[in-house]
Amino acid sequence: MKIDELPSGRIRKAPENFLSRDDIKTVFSEGKNGRRDFIRKAFSAATASVAAGSVLAQGNPVPKEGGDPNILNLPEHSTNLGQGVSPEGSYGKPSKYESNVKRRQSPGLTQTTQASVSFAPLQSLFGIVTPSGLHFERHHQGWWDIDPSKHRFMINGMVKTPMVFTMDEIMRLPSVSRFHFIECGANTAAEWGNVAVPTCQYTHGMISCSEFTGVPLITLLERAGADLKNGKFVLAEGGDGSSMTRTIPMELITSGEVLVAYGQNGEMLRPENGYPLRLVVPGVQGVSWVKYLRRIEVGDKPYATKDEAIHYIDLQPDGMLRQYTSVQECKSVVTTPSGGQVLLDKGFYNITGLAWSGRGKVKKVDVSVDGGRNWRPARLESPVMSKSLTRFNIDWIWDGKPAIVQSRATDETGYVQPTYKLLRSVRGTRSIYHNNAIQSWLVQENGEVKNVQLS
Amino acid sequence: MFSFRKPLIALAVMALGAAAAAQEGGKYPGIGRAATTPEVAAWDIDVRPDFKGLPAGSGSVAAGQDIWEAKCAACHGIFGDSGEVFSPLIGGTTAEDVKSGRVAKLKDPTAGRTTFMKVATLSTVWDFINRAMPWNAPKSLKPDEVYAVTAFMLNLANVVPDNFTLSDKNIAQVQARMPNRNGMTTQHAMWPGKEFNGSKSPDVKNVACMKDCATEPKVASFLPDFARNAHGNLAEQNRLIGPQRGADTSVPEGQAPAKPVPSTTAAAQPAGGGDAKLPLALLQKHACTACHGVDNKIVGPAYADVAKKYSGKSDYLLGKIKSGGAGVWGPIPMPPQNIPEEDAKVIAAWLAAGAAK
Repeated sequence: MKIDELPSGRIRKAPENFLSRDDIKTVFSEGKNGRRDFIRKAFSAATASVAAGSVLAQGNPVPKEGGDPNILNLPEHSTNLGQGVSPEGSYGKPSKYESNVKRRQSPGLTQTTQASVSFAPLQSLFGIVTPSGLHFERHHQGWWDIDPSKHRFMINGMVKTPMVFTMDEIMRLPSVSRFHFIECGANTAAEWGNVAVPTCQYTHGMISCSEFTGVPLITLLERAGADLKNGKFVLAEGGDGSSMTRTIPMELITSGEVLVAYGQNGEMLRPENGYPLRLVVPGVQGVSWVKYLRRIEVGDKPYATKDEAIHYIDLQPDGMLRQYTSVQECKSVVTTPSGGQVLLDKGFYNITGLAWSGRGKVKKVDVSVDGGRNWRPARLESPVMSKSLTRFNIDWIWDGKPAIVQSRATDETGYVQPTYKLLRSVRGTRSIYHNNAIQSWLVQENGEVKNVQLS
Repeated sequence: MFSFRKPLIALAVMALGAAAAAQEGGKYPGIGRAATTPEVAAWDIDVRPDFKGLPAGSGSVAAGQDIWEAKCAACHGIFGDSGEVFSPLIGGTTAEDVKSGRVAKLKDPTAGRTTFMKVATLSTVWDFINRAMPWNAPKSLKPDEVYAVTAFMLNLANVVPDNFTLSDKNIAQVQARMPNRNGMTTQHAMWPGKEFNGSKSPDVKNVACMKDCATEPKVASFLPDFARNAHGNLAEQNRLIGPQRGADTSVPEGQAPAKPVPSTTAAAQPAGGGDAKLPLALLQKHACTACHGVDNKIVGPAYADVAKKYSGKSDYLLGKIKSGGAGVWGPIPMPPQNIPEEDAKVIAAWLAAGAAK
């Protein structure tokens, strides 16, 4: 069957990579003749045999025989009785057509699954909230599903009375609910020296954003009579095997921002995310958001814990290690189009992505489609909140030529997200942590998008 | 007048009671209680760089070596230099570093990094071993054992001699010999407080240029073709509807897929017989999966490989589980597994029957 003869709008297998060099030539010669849907058709033809689930091909021309069969022939779901309410005790799941949208591990990154990472599928997410089941994971010594009735939270150190709280008691206190991003300090770490991974799931997927519900830590510290003047630091400690510990400045806590949280997106925290209690430290790297939180100690000196004296320290070109680098500086990434994707056709696209800053609100995001020579301000979608993800969108008409798509965020302090060149000129390429450089995606003539870095 | 007295006293008592309640709960009476001394002692285990929190005790290099070989070497290697499972702990430090307190090799852009090349504070090492090691039995070491293991690591890193005994009395002197003790800086703007007198303004200053900003960009780095499918087929990692699809990376770019992409969810038929539920649960329970995957090598070999090699040899496998071994699958030893006999038998039988999932 010639591609021209294929009926449009029928059920198709998942589309795949599709154009040969000859095809590309044809695209442009045909393009001159006004046949702009060539890519789309070639795409569908090349992929008709691939079994990655059935989807509607996106061809939408005026059909020859009276109309689109999807309209003319009423589907089963229009002419039959649907399913009943979910069975007792069920928990709803995404559509079966969404099975590709999953957390994934980066092959070869770690040797054990207990000290490992799964990345959130940013390329497939909308808005700013990460569905809890797709929240990225980073475990240091395996995760647990802890019985909340047996979980205790202790405050000690420079306090009048060391205290113990049950979950019941913490949940009786006045709560707040706030949207914040959590980003691993090592997000985008693989890319410091060169391109290492193909998609934005792997380059940027160690970030997620949720509405967290909990009690400001300051409420509990005041309850225990903490010495807020001399107690300049707190140590947060987890109750799992790793008993993760991190130092946090009292200043962040007295501001009321730091939460002892039990809620995430309207339900309790997921076990992988610290059920039943975790610390929320807005703007600060994820390792400080101690999971399975069992204890807070108030002290007058920092603690130099394993994850602030051996890991999560940033090696500089002079051989010095920056210690206590905690703030996640302003950063953004275009999630569509992004690496590993294939655009279906020339024409209109909505370039969309995420921006964030550990120092406050995102003030502006600029987008370039020519590798950073010219920029246009994107639309920031509401709500724009402090230390939260912010969604940006901008119109783009792709002319079918190679394009390098970038985004560059500026936060309310005036800090502008750096280029790789600039970042490396200051920090070299061996920091591991805190890579917030501008990401480049190369849209090729064949529609396939590649992760690239520019010189 | 007399008749007024009782109500007055009652009022006074009520006032006292209210004051006591306020003191007990402040704004939130009935929430939380005072921690007992044993409770605080059970959880307050952190050790600060000034060694506040360090329990008294001591341990020798020799004692540390015994513990190391039994409990640590499986992941970290006999000499602490293995990078097979975790980043190497020991190596890259010199006698000169011990003098200067700066590890010279950190300046070498081609050099790897070990824990002892980086760590400035000895308290960090002690605290972490005490709270989180061994990997599959955290908090199981007694303070003297933590001292001993720490002493052994210091000896491997040439910080202390072979006959050294580390204790709470001499740990501060050893701190003064840590190879990278002067290698940390807080001169940056990424601490969210004023405590370290770091820099106030960020180190990287970009400008939001909008027009004709840079010279023509050149693509300097991209994934090589051979890595195209290294993260799995990207066609299966993107939504099946919307403005784009995932690229089929199972075939070279520009080629139509030769054959249907096999479903990754279809479970392969198990090779051996038997119910796999119980053995798999036991492997999880006894933390065997920390070192072995069913299909993949981690520290030790994949169970599938063991099953292939020792098909039907249930007794041999039982012996190996109980007494451990080294050399068959590589240099990293498997320590003897102190698990119930019946559990070990189930696992051995499962292995001998093919290690089905």
